[in-house]
Order: sequence, then C-alpha cells, then structure tokens
Amino acid sequence: MSVLAVIFIVAGIFFFTTSTIGLLRFPDFYTRMHATGKGDTLGAFLTLTGLALYNLHHGFTVAAILVSIKILFIALFIFIANPTATHAITKAGLDCNVKPWEKKESSK
Amino acid sequence: MESVVLYIAMFLCILVMLALYRGIAGPTVLDRIISISVIGTKTTILLALMGFIYKRVDMFLDIALAYALLNFIAIIAAAKFFRRRKSIIPGEQCSLDKGGE
Repeated sequence: MSVLAVIFIVAGIFFFTTSTIGLLRFPDFYTRMHATGKGDTLGAFLTLTGLALYNLHHGFTVAAILVSIKILFIALFIFIANPTATHAITKAGLDCNVKPWEKKESSK
Repeated sequence: MESVVLYIAMFLCILVMLALYRGIAGPTVLDRIISISVIGTKTTILLALMGFIYKRVDMFLDIALAYALLNFIAIIAAAKFFRRRKSIIPGEQCSLDKGGE
C-alpha cells in the first residue's frame, strides 16, 4: 500500500512539474492555459489519491477511512473545479479578442 | 516515508517559486490569473502534505478544502471581472459592448 501511494504521488509530482514548465516556456496565453489546465488537474488528482492510500497504511480503522474519503472528495472537487476555472479564463480572453500566437514566418 | 513526504513538499515549494515568476513577469493580466490558479492548486496539495508532516491530517484537510473552494471562487470572479475589459492587453482596445447581455 505504501509503495503504491509513493508511485501515485511521484506520478502527480511529474505532472505538476510538466505543467509548471509549460507555464514558463510556452509563448502564448492560450498555450499556457493548455499546459496548466490539464497537467495541474491530473497532478492534483493523482497526488491526492496517493495521499488517501498512504493514509490507510496503519490499518483500516473507521477514522482513517473517513479521512481518506475526505481526501478523495477534495480530489473530486479539484477535478471538477479546475477545468471550469480554465474554461472561464479562456472565455474571458476570447471575449477580449486576444490573438492566438502564430509561428513567425522565417524569411531565409 | 515521512522524509519522502517532506521532500515532496519541498519540491512543490520550488515549483510554486517557478510559477510565481510567471505571475510577476506575465505580459497580460490573464497570465497572472493562470499563475495564481496554479499556485492555489499546489498550495492545496501542500496543505494536505503538511497534515501528514505534522500528524494532524484531519485538521489540515479542512484548511485544504477551504483553500480549494476559495481558489476556485477567486479565479471565477477574476475571469468574470476581466471579461470584456479594455486593459486586458496593454495597448489594445477591446469591443466593450459586443453582443450585450
């Protein structure tokens, strides 16, 4: 159980790292949104699932199971709320006519 | 295992610092809002990890849940506020009364 939890948490940290690199390196607002909207959601979901599994490694008592269910509810909330926030920000940018980034013509 | 949780929390702090660079140097307002959203999600995870470090999981999970809710509401409010604003890109005009709700 503990090994499985560590695998989940490290996978979540990997997605967090990729989303942060995308936030730093991408050229445009929309592309940054594309990186963070998916990477952060999946990273938070995987990390919280790993924490819920790690919480049960002392044994399946009632208190531990309730705390794990609460962690899974936070994960579910983030899984619903984070794409909604992403959609709202993208809609705000689209309504203000923010031009998407285009690759510049390389005149060689 | 406790040290693994501690190292993961430290790594998340480094990622928050990196995301804060985009929040400070972002060219438009929306970049800063994305950065705040990313930092808020990472802080939620960080609060849950702090519960495991300090052995008070149930208390810190309530704080993490409240932080996730506040983060979501703040991002929605900011996106609603900056919708159809002129100043979303410096130097560009945006049609304020397009459509008209």
